[in-house]
Amino acid sequence: MTATLTGREARAVPARGAARRPRARRRVAPYLFVLPALLLFAAFKLYPIGRSFVISLHQTVGGTERFVGADNYTRLLHDPLFWTALKNTAVILAVQVPVMLALATGLAVALDSTALRARAVFRLGFFLPMVTGLVAYGIVFSVLLNKDYGLANWLTGLAGLDPTPWLTDPLWAKVSLGLALTWHYTGYNAVILLARLQTVPAELYDAAAVDGAGAWSSFRHVTLPGLRPALLLTTVLSTIGTLQIFDEPYVLTGGGPDNATLTIGVYLYQNAFKYFDFGYASAIAYALAVLIGILGVIQFRFLGEKS
Amino acid sequence: MTAARHRGRSILLTSGLAIALAAVLVPFYWLVVAATHSSGEIFDSPPPLLPGSHLAENVQTLQDTAQFGRVILNSLLIAAIYTLCAGAVCTLAGYGFAKYRFRGREPLFGLLMLGLVVPAQVTLVPLFQLMAELRWLGTYQAVIMPNLALPFGIFLMRQSMAALPDELLDSGRMDGCGELRLFWRVVLPPMKPALAALAIFLFLYQWNDFVWPLIVLRDSATFTVPVALASLQGLDETDYGAILAGTAAAAIPMALVFLALQRQFVSGLLAGAVKE
Repeated sequence: MTATLTGREARAVPARGAARRPRARRRVAPYLFVLPALLLFAAFKLYPIGRSFVISLHQTVGGTERFVGADNYTRLLHDPLFWTALKNTAVILAVQVPVMLALATGLAVALDSTALRARAVFRLGFFLPMVTGLVAYGIVFSVLLNKDYGLANWLTGLAGLDPTPWLTDPLWAKVSLGLALTWHYTGYNAVILLARLQTVPAELYDAAAVDGAGAWSSFRHVTLPGLRPALLLTTVLSTIGTLQIFDEPYVLTGGGPDNATLTIGVYLYQNAFKYFDFGYASAIAYALAVLIGILGVIQFRFLGEKS
Repeated sequence: MTAARHRGRSILLTSGLAIALAAVLVPFYWLVVAATHSSGEIFDSPPPLLPGSHLAENVQTLQDTAQFGRVILNSLLIAAIYTLCAGAVCTLAGYGFAKYRFRGREPLFGLLMLGLVVPAQVTLVPLFQLMAELRWLGTYQAVIMPNLALPFGIFLMRQSMAALPDELLDSGRMDGCGELRLFWRVVLPPMKPALAALAIFLFLYQWNDFVWPLIVLRDSATFTVPVALASLQGLDETDYGAILAGTAAAAIPMALVFLALQRQFVSGLLAGAVKE
């Protein structure tokens, strides 16, 4: 065995007699490179994922664990607050995400246009909200949107409008949450779309122009198909992000008023770290994971098949 | 005619986007203004639109109520250590996955990428319990350790490393370079732009992270900036002058750093995001 190995290596690296050790090292090396990541991942991600499922089958109130089987999951099905949280999350997903992605697409097309001056400045400026931490912008928005003293109502007041109860009315609280999310993530999505847009060959636009396509039809037949992979990516990322949404409602509205902005993420957090009902919180987490899985598959089917 | 039309379109588009950008930047401007006013002035009608004179006072209040100097130091320290360690873990793994063929490469990489899809909330409770068993609650390592093998960071580095020519590695090996020295001497130097992008991303990620530090940190002396700000906001008598000064201190320096380094950051991020 050793002899054949040496023979093979002698042929591979004829100039060097001592080629056996580097070769062996080269076989071990990749495992050593990826080992730290795998160990950390196993300890702090895989293990908790499995453990979470076990916890979800137990009742863990008051520090003692008791096996209760699927009780937490049946409780979930009959819990009106969970359904409220699910519905709120679904509303954000159905309204805010499409609006934001449409805005991001428009923004990307505008940023890509040769007619635009000072493109670098715009690209930078629209990306800036993404750098701001969720807590920081949550606090800023909560003050800006204050009903009696906020800048937003002062401005609408100048236009003669009555003050809007941004954060204290169930419907407006949802709108405010949507505004904050759109402010934070539109530029980020636009940059992803923009990068993709720049890979669409200019000849395609030229060909469309030769065929007499107007602005709209070249957008529909050249730009949109070219954007498809990036649209899939931004849609999937936004969906995953929205389903997990926690920081914004936690800081902006605390889930209120009257649970109007209670999301699955906030409800999970409340059960785990306010009521210390770990079993139930884990059941919520698994329901969430399943939901994300299902939606992810649907989106890949729907948006991915034609690409 | 067409030139005039093009110019007209150009002016229209540029001014339209300028208005949109101004609207997007209002919260930043207002944050700077509000940070320099007292709580009373912030809620005056009309609200202040120009900077005031209470910045020093707000900073003092922040220091008195939340030990904000210590809090910023905590955040800087945690983010710096995290960036260094997670950067090393992600770069090593990214290189391993990009430049070696080995048994189990695809499934192992796929396993790591599972971390992108599984919501963080699923692991919140068991991770918290794990930290309690390790007696790490309230410590920096509880904040830092769980996210070191960040799937997105590994993904980013694998994408960047893939662009490195194999000939470079082969010639290094011909010269008798060991695998680790090869990594250090041959691979890392040309990767500087990608490493910078990764570092900015990791630093921002840790600096802004909220939920996990909120859960594992106990004592206000160990709080990070977002946790301290959120705890201030939860008080009955919220001093918004102080809280917004703190918010500005957390957001504005990061925005400036980002502005200075954005070219590398955006291109590094996009290298990972778009090639699928």
